[in-house]
Amino acid sequence: MTDETPPEDNAVADEKREALLAGLSESLGEDLVESYLRPHEDLWLRVRSESWQDSIRTAKSAGFEYFGFLSAIDWEIAPEGRYEDTEFDGGLEEEDEEPVEIDTSTGYGGGGSRFQLLVQLYSLSQQIGLILKTDVGEDMTIDTIRDIFAGADWHERETHEMFGVFFRGHPTLQPLYLPTEFEGHPLRKDFPLLARQVKPWPGVVDIEEIPEHLEAQLEAEVMAAFEANGGAS
Amino acid sequence: MTATSDREQMAYISSQAADARVNVELDTGDMTLNIGPQHPATHGTLRIACQLDGEQVVVAEPIMGYMHRGYEKLCEVRTYPQCTTLINRIDWLGSFANEVPFILAAERLMEVEAPPRAQWIRTILFELSRVANLALFLGDMGVQIGALTPVFFAFRDRERVLNQIEEVTGGRFHPNFDRIGGLKDDIPKGWIEETHSVMVKMRTFCDEMEDLLVGNEIFQARCRGVGVIPPEVALSYGLSGANLRASGVDWDLRRDANPGLAWDQVDWRVWTHPDGDSFARYWVRLQETREATRIVDQLLDGIPSGPIMAKVPRIIKVPAGEAYLSTENPLGEMGYYIVSKGDLGPFRVKIRTPSFNNISIVPWVMKGVYVPDVITILGSLYFILGDIDR
Repeated sequence: MTDETPPEDNAVADEKREALLAGLSESLGEDLVESYLRPHEDLWLRVRSESWQDSIRTAKSAGFEYFGFLSAIDWEIAPEGRYEDTEFDGGLEEEDEEPVEIDTSTGYGGGGSRFQLLVQLYSLSQQIGLILKTDVGEDMTIDTIRDIFAGADWHERETHEMFGVFFRGHPTLQPLYLPTEFEGHPLRKDFPLLARQVKPWPGVVDIEEIPEHLEAQLEAEVMAAFEANGGAS
Repeated sequence: MTATSDREQMAYISSQAADARVNVELDTGDMTLNIGPQHPATHGTLRIACQLDGEQVVVAEPIMGYMHRGYEKLCEVRTYPQCTTLINRIDWLGSFANEVPFILAAERLMEVEAPPRAQWIRTILFELSRVANLALFLGDMGVQIGALTPVFFAFRDRERVLNQIEEVTGGRFHPNFDRIGGLKDDIPKGWIEETHSVMVKMRTFCDEMEDLLVGNEIFQARCRGVGVIPPEVALSYGLSGANLRASGVDWDLRRDANPGLAWDQVDWRVWTHPDGDSFARYWVRLQETREATRIVDQLLDGIPSGPIMAKVPRIIKVPAGEAYLSTENPLGEMGYYIVSKGDLGPFRVKIRTPSFNNISIVPWVMKGVYVPDVITILGSLYFILGDIDR
């Protein structure tokens, strides 16, 4: 995918992934909720959370036997604001009453819940990657896949402590990174980053846009200097 | 003790001893042995709690988090260019290689492509990081079995590679040189010849390591047949890099899922070993270091001319979407899953690090091994603590 590739190549349909999508949607059947394909890049499948285990098993039998990673996304819009421009008052009582605002519109494969689980798998024979997603319901519980991919064990432990997702059937959901007495789930959007509360980050200010005529001039200077150096070394 | 004659006492003791022999098995209850958090074999602060039955490990449980810095959370409150500063510090021995997949993932979302010259220089620096990183492993593995000389050789020769990286980027350990759309700067004059000569020296270093360790009887005795990982186990744990290839799985992201860097422009091969033991992991890394020097040599001769930066806006806003991109880093597959909402910074970054998966196999592979082998297996799995804890 270097520059030499003619641009119209990108317009060519990604047959490999389309065939894969067709094959998988047939074997997954009703379990497949939604799919998204970025041609020549990646394929996303969102499956029903009730059949999470079965879907992973289906994918594995379809050749996706290499386990990449498992993690979660919290789609809540952070109550403190991304750049901490709002005051955080630490009032836990209030927080419970506030409705949680979620926005999954930009997520590939859609979504209907605040938390989403995702797994990345590879098929070594087809040299292709696949991302499987599922919604995590209100009860925050989902079946474990550590019996299918042994490597998921630690990833589920990490997701459990960071997001508070419970994995049904996982025998050791102990914290992996955090101390045992730690409270809260740090990667949730409503978990404040205290360092930012104490000292605001100076680096988030937008820089001034350079006027267009100056930009062209700057570029010309750079190019002239480049030519003077003899182009390539 | 009541006064008894020596004879009575001896009789008592021997009767007790006979009883013990006949009736009671000596109680050899499991013993817990902590390896680390401060142990030379752990490359940082990793603790392995081993339950021992005699000399054999019953359960080995890695306990980490001593160095968890929460990069995934920190990335959420930074802009994309600011993130690379953090990302440099994940695998601190091959730091330039850490930046590349993140930048490439952001470029994929922005639909920007770096010009060919930038891609080539990126690939060269990437492979130089690999040489610098793996060189340390090649020497360090000797330390795990009690050979001190190789590690001094490794530090000596690794310095040459770091000098080359420093000359381009200005940083020995944390270059922070990769930019969305290209590179910060071009390579300096005379750098290509110097790097060629360094690569020759690194090949000599590889030969030295081969003479010192690979052919060494003690090394073979300690590493052959120890910590064997079969390919299907390696796949289901998501092992990557040399650990996977040492189990005979022919999978290298540089060849099989090239995200646009210049690896497909040069002639090189992927090394595998069928044994899956500690020795195989060492051997594969040795060959990979050699191969990397060859890749660098070829790339240096063919750097295309042209700009090193694509046209990107000054304020980088990445369009909404999701992208996962991974590359074959010195330690294995390192990938970034970026969720963007069209903001100045990422909404969520999942960092998939090779060492996390590679070390999650420890409880499996350590079952039943002897205590001294724990160290060689850990050494041969080769992890960087920053890469596990993030």
